[in-house]
Amino acid sequence: MLHPLLGAATADLAVFTVSAIIVLAGAVGVVLARNPVHSALMLVMTLFGVAVLFVEQQAHFLAAVQVIVYAGAIVVLFLFVIMLLGVDKEEVLEVEQLKGQRPTAIVLGVLSLGELLLLARTQWATGAIAVAGPADGPGTNVEKLARSIFTRYLLPFEATSILLVIAVVGAVVLARRPTVAEPDGADEGAKA
Amino acid sequence: MMPVALAHLVAVGDPLFSGGAGDTLATLAIVVLKAVVTFVVLLVGVLFMVWFERKVISDMQNRIGPNRAGPFGILQTLADGIKLFFKEDLLPDRADRRVFKLAPYLSLVPAFLAFAIVPVGGTITIAHHKTFLQLADPPIGILFLLAMSSVAVYGVMLAGWASGSKYPLLGSVRASAQMVSYEAAMGLSVATIVLLAGSLSTHDIVTAQSGGVTNLFILKAGLIPFFIFMIAATAELNRPPFDLVEAEQELVGGFHTEYSSIRFALFFLAEFMNTITMSAVVVTLFLGGPSGPGFHFLTWLWPILWFVAKLFVFLFTYVWLRATLPRLRYDQLMDLGWKVLIPASLGWLLIMAAIQLELWYAGVGLVLGLLAWAMLARAMRVGRERSASTFARGGVTP
Repeated sequence: MLHPLLGAATADLAVFTVSAIIVLAGAVGVVLARNPVHSALMLVMTLFGVAVLFVEQQAHFLAAVQVIVYAGAIVVLFLFVIMLLGVDKEEVLEVEQLKGQRPTAIVLGVLSLGELLLLARTQWATGAIAVAGPADGPGTNVEKLARSIFTRYLLPFEATSILLVIAVVGAVVLARRPTVAEPDGADEGAKA
Repeated sequence: MMPVALAHLVAVGDPLFSGGAGDTLATLAIVVLKAVVTFVVLLVGVLFMVWFERKVISDMQNRIGPNRAGPFGILQTLADGIKLFFKEDLLPDRADRRVFKLAPYLSLVPAFLAFAIVPVGGTITIAHHKTFLQLADPPIGILFLLAMSSVAVYGVMLAGWASGSKYPLLGSVRASAQMVSYEAAMGLSVATIVLLAGSLSTHDIVTAQSGGVTNLFILKAGLIPFFIFMIAATAELNRPPFDLVEAEQELVGGFHTEYSSIRFALFFLAEFMNTITMSAVVVTLFLGGPSGPGFHFLTWLWPILWFVAKLFVFLFTYVWLRATLPRLRYDQLMDLGWKVLIPASLGWLLIMAAIQLELWYAGVGLVLGLLAWAMLARAMRVGRERSASTFARGGVTP
């Protein structure tokens, strides 16, 4: 920053390196931690690293939503379930819980990695590397995002919201047992 | 060279970063200075707030309160803090050691960071550099507050779980459900303000409210978002009447039962820091922050004075609520959050959005909102009657 050589590019590189290390360390930690709660915390670390990467790409809104929704709501829900179900005990990693779990996991992992690399490098699957177009032009990041969501991508956006409503209604219907009276508060708390 | 990543992270509107005329060292120094000053002011603010709360509550309960350390007992908090430092630091046998030690910091850090976006004054000039009197003015502004308040859940939740004991766990499960529930209502009432201001930046939100009482969002947004935000913020803070998290009669001390010494002090600090931050955010969102009439001399001073004066109203209100209201029952808390506050804030957001377009849309929105509310009320009534009849038939008791 202070030296001409340490310009914007170097700052970007430094931010990227640090957050990439955080993301990867968190991801490895999720798999290696013996305690489910520790795994969940490692996941939070990964999500924070991704949020920093978003900020570094000038996608401020995505970064905020990443923290609010993923770190603030979804992992909290994970922890909630882990604590309520009482599965927050250390697990023995030497024994396979399902037979043939590990070889399958390795094969699937390699396949996913190959798929990601393929999609990142080529474009035959989607026809174009990116369809959203460059994010330059006037207006802040939030304005541009709003404009593209509510004009060009309105239909996918609304379809997603309908999907979410269906999922919520489905979850409530499945979770309810009509013959058993449930206390109001407990019912509400479980949904929260 | 501008530190681009830093500049975009910290500020877009701040004139400190718009110059770009080489002088990075000074820019950096000013940012660091602002961060240090904010931290110190917050810490001193907490010291004062603890004393203020104890003194005001004593007055309301017709007793004297702290009066030994310093004039009017104003140094009592300092004495308590020093005492806590030297207490034995207990670590329960069944605790999860690492998480137990981490949790207090997860409470404290978001509490401090959230204050960064609050504008405490106008624009000042330090060493020929103009800058806003706020630590950061990020383009996502108020979303940063919501992010921090959703991260703050972790401190409480993990503290209770890591203690390896049942009362703290019960307290933390209550807390996380409560904080996640009220976050939705809080976010929706903030959305109304963002809609009116047309910007997420806290500086823009304050600017949009300058120039007269009628411009303040508390009136422009029609009072309802203000009350919803106040209730939701009190619940987020776990302050009375929503302090079920540490209900002494039921849970000993709630999530921090097993904490002692400096770790307990950190939770205490975080709680009061959050109280100050939330009051400051209410002032920013609804009462125009530092804007208010001033004089032509000492122009930098009047906005700060206005801000502090408005802040005091809310700090006093929180203490007043604590002295006046009994604690809610858990099901009442959840009913209030999910069945009253969220529908009300959602409906009001739709009506305000309609008013922005055309007035008659708002009429349509109001009618539809009332219809939806009637259906919701009917559904809740049916549900209540059904569970009552199951109870009468000898079903599982609630």
